[in-house]
Amino acid sequence: MISESLVDLSRLQFAITALYHFLFVPLTLGLSFILAIMESAFVMTGKQVYQDMVKFWGKLFGINFALGVTTGLTMEFQFGTNWAYYSHYVGDIFGAPLAIEGLMAFFLESTFIGLFFFGWDRLTRVQHLMVTWLVAIGSNMSALWILIANGWMQNPVGAEFNYETMRMEMTDFAEVIFNPVAQVKFVHTVSAGYVTGAMFVLAISAYYMLKKRDLPFARRSFAIAASFGFASIISVIILGDESGYEIGDVQKTKLAAIEAEWHTQEPPADFTLIGFPNQETMETDYAVKIPGALGLIATRSVDEEIVGIKDLLKEHELRIRRGIEAYALLEKMRHGDKSDPTVAAFDALKDDLGYGLLLKKYTNNVVDATEEQIKQAAQDTIPKVAPMFWAFRLMVGLGFLMLILISLSFYYSTQHNVETKTWLLKALIISLPAPWIACEVGWFVAEFGRQPWSIAEVLPTHLSVSTRSVEDLYMSLAGFIGFYTLLLIVEMYLMIRFARLGPSSLHTGRYHFEQNHGAGAAIAQPQQAVADQA
Amino acid sequence: MDYESLKLIWWVLIGVLLIGFAVTDGFDMGVGALLRVLGKTDSERRVMLNTIGPHWDGNQVWFITAGGAIFAAWPVVYAVAFSGFYWALLLVLFALFFRPVGFEYRSKMEDPRWRSAWDWGLTIGGAVPALVFGVAFGNLFLGVPFTLDEFMRSTYTGSFWALLNPFALVAGLVSLGMLAMHGATYLQMRTDGDLHERARKISILLAIIVAVLFATAGIWIYAGIDGLVITSTINTAAAMTPLDKTVDVAAGGWLENYSRYPLMISAPVIAFTGLLITVLMSAANRGALAFIGSSLAVTGIICTAGFSLFPFIMPSSLDPSFSLTVWDVVSSQKTLGIMFWVAMFFVPIILLYTTWGYYKMRGRLTTAFIEDNKYSTY
Repeated sequence: MISESLVDLSRLQFAITALYHFLFVPLTLGLSFILAIMESAFVMTGKQVYQDMVKFWGKLFGINFALGVTTGLTMEFQFGTNWAYYSHYVGDIFGAPLAIEGLMAFFLESTFIGLFFFGWDRLTRVQHLMVTWLVAIGSNMSALWILIANGWMQNPVGAEFNYETMRMEMTDFAEVIFNPVAQVKFVHTVSAGYVTGAMFVLAISAYYMLKKRDLPFARRSFAIAASFGFASIISVIILGDESGYEIGDVQKTKLAAIEAEWHTQEPPADFTLIGFPNQETMETDYAVKIPGALGLIATRSVDEEIVGIKDLLKEHELRIRRGIEAYALLEKMRHGDKSDPTVAAFDALKDDLGYGLLLKKYTNNVVDATEEQIKQAAQDTIPKVAPMFWAFRLMVGLGFLMLILISLSFYYSTQHNVETKTWLLKALIISLPAPWIACEVGWFVAEFGRQPWSIAEVLPTHLSVSTRSVEDLYMSLAGFIGFYTLLLIVEMYLMIRFARLGPSSLHTGRYHFEQNHGAGAAIAQPQQAVADQA
Repeated sequence: MDYESLKLIWWVLIGVLLIGFAVTDGFDMGVGALLRVLGKTDSERRVMLNTIGPHWDGNQVWFITAGGAIFAAWPVVYAVAFSGFYWALLLVLFALFFRPVGFEYRSKMEDPRWRSAWDWGLTIGGAVPALVFGVAFGNLFLGVPFTLDEFMRSTYTGSFWALLNPFALVAGLVSLGMLAMHGATYLQMRTDGDLHERARKISILLAIIVAVLFATAGIWIYAGIDGLVITSTINTAAAMTPLDKTVDVAAGGWLENYSRYPLMISAPVIAFTGLLITVLMSAANRGALAFIGSSLAVTGIICTAGFSLFPFIMPSSLDPSFSLTVWDVVSSQKTLGIMFWVAMFFVPIILLYTTWGYYKMRGRLTTAFIEDNKYSTY
């Protein structure tokens, strides 16, 4: 049997490398569009300050992008290195969006990013503008394809098990692409990226305003980020992906866990605003409820019910029992009995094969599972409720915090008096980590809530791992953590340094630290920074 | 399209992606490997980095896409090879990590220690992957210690150190030498002055070394390494797994294809011709032609390896019957068909805009240019 520590370490390594990668992705998604908007303003108005904005924010974009590329490399290969059985079992479907991502998106983004940085003197203004837009479109396309892949893990449509090749095979590519879970996830995720980009520009521009430096530059950057961010935060919240949680069994379980919905309620279900979920008693202690709200949010209706955890458990136990039969038939077929009745019997049960495979955690032979093991496997299908409940509320809370901040920024920016609202500027700077925390927590909810499955209802996580030793995993995990930490320190160092320097880092002679401010004692330290860099 | 043709087409397409990677990102890795060898001053090193500055990222996508395409078209290879060659692949990835950050961060600070540290990083990022790719290919000829169980779960029993055997190291040096040569010929086109002279000389030297090593590897295979042959009858047009056939060891098996399909001999011929062109054109100071020669050599060498192994992709040394072949590692007919059309649509578009990018950034870079643009270049 597969060692549990191997499974846990493989999961930990994937979680760490993926969450780390996603520190850089949202900023790329959002800032690339902000750059494209700024450059459009430059091409339309011909004002130098807009070009300086593209170049300066582009510099920060580049510092972030480099680590996005670095950590992205790992993601393309880690399914093979650490999730070999998964790769074999679903590669026929899952590999396709990854390959298309490369062909359609990565090539576009990566080819034009070079021209974005180095093409200023080689391209006409319109050509360069086109290049910038293509970078933005390319990075967003890559999000589309990876979320189609991820959406398929949550809700595996358009595929069927083939017992001869022992794997899932594609039956309908269009279903995979137009998977509703993937579509909802895509919109939600890229909008979250746009909010991240907007918060980044807002906070750093707010810093210049507080320092009373490069005001025309900061004001314009602020205005663009505020309007872009306003549209985006509305989209994140309204198109929040809870609407994707009613599709498919695992998504339903996830929804029940997020909302600590232990019992199926009469529709429309009450919404538990806050409380302490208790997995033992299957109750939420000290729950504060809003009548009817959950039904409205999650089903967009008043008469559809949201299945509670207790009912899901019963259903899953039944499916595990059917899965055992499916597994017995599969073994029969693998050992040569391919007669029509056997195949037909298997076909009738094969949707539950995955539930049978859950038992592999307890007994290699599946068919000899004891009652206790079956109960245990059914329990496994419910993720830990408390972390899901709290993580989701943290994400939503941060979302509403950003909604308030960005709305105010947008409002005062249209009133041309944002510079006088120092409390808002300070709040923006303090809230800079908010979008990153919200993004990471959001991924935690989506993927932790998918457990015990790597492919919902099809393939359990513990079967998906590569056969490597626990020592291999300790060593590679240490390597990733060490290397990534080092790179993060370097990245943060450069990012903070250049953000503080501001547009003066372009060395155009037009900005704060390059001009003689007479007795500018307060800026002695950043001046040193200019000198270092020169 | 029928399944058998699709299987063959995908063998060709994966080959095209690998060759695309070696011919484009190959020179980036070569420039990286030679950074500290050819670049004597900081400005010279910056010239070298900026010749590939606008292009390396796009070029690297050939590697990423090859990974994705192997996942989509050869899921069994993706699973067995990448989990088996775990440490070799992680070594490649860790070395490649130095490149995006190295290019982007190196010249953002003036401190010579900072720059020197990143230069080492970029050297590792160029040389180590080039070496490891060759070592991995070398091991394919010797067989890799893996088995498959009845549910297609693979287990690899070798260690990382076992990969570093003499034959595989020769293959690794062929790969490192060839990509370094390729980088040097690229620098001949894109630089001038002393740097250009040094690139020219080292191109000649490296082309000769690669020719000797490549010939050595060929003779070694002829004299000392057994090949494989499929001994059961298989239906190449049907869905099958690597468990559905039997394979035996046969002396000289890796050279069988050249008598069975005489046209395949063109691959080594192109390789040696390309190396000869590289030497002659570098000597004649015709950088662009030397680069074309070098590209031919890279293509010829990779094709030689692929043709010799055909239809095998990854032989098993524990039980040859488990060996992965082009017939039994593929995705379903449907997926192969869809992905074929996707590739047919996008690859020409990619080639088009990539070419436009090179065209726009053409010309030689000088140290004077770097000093005039020190804040906006790598």
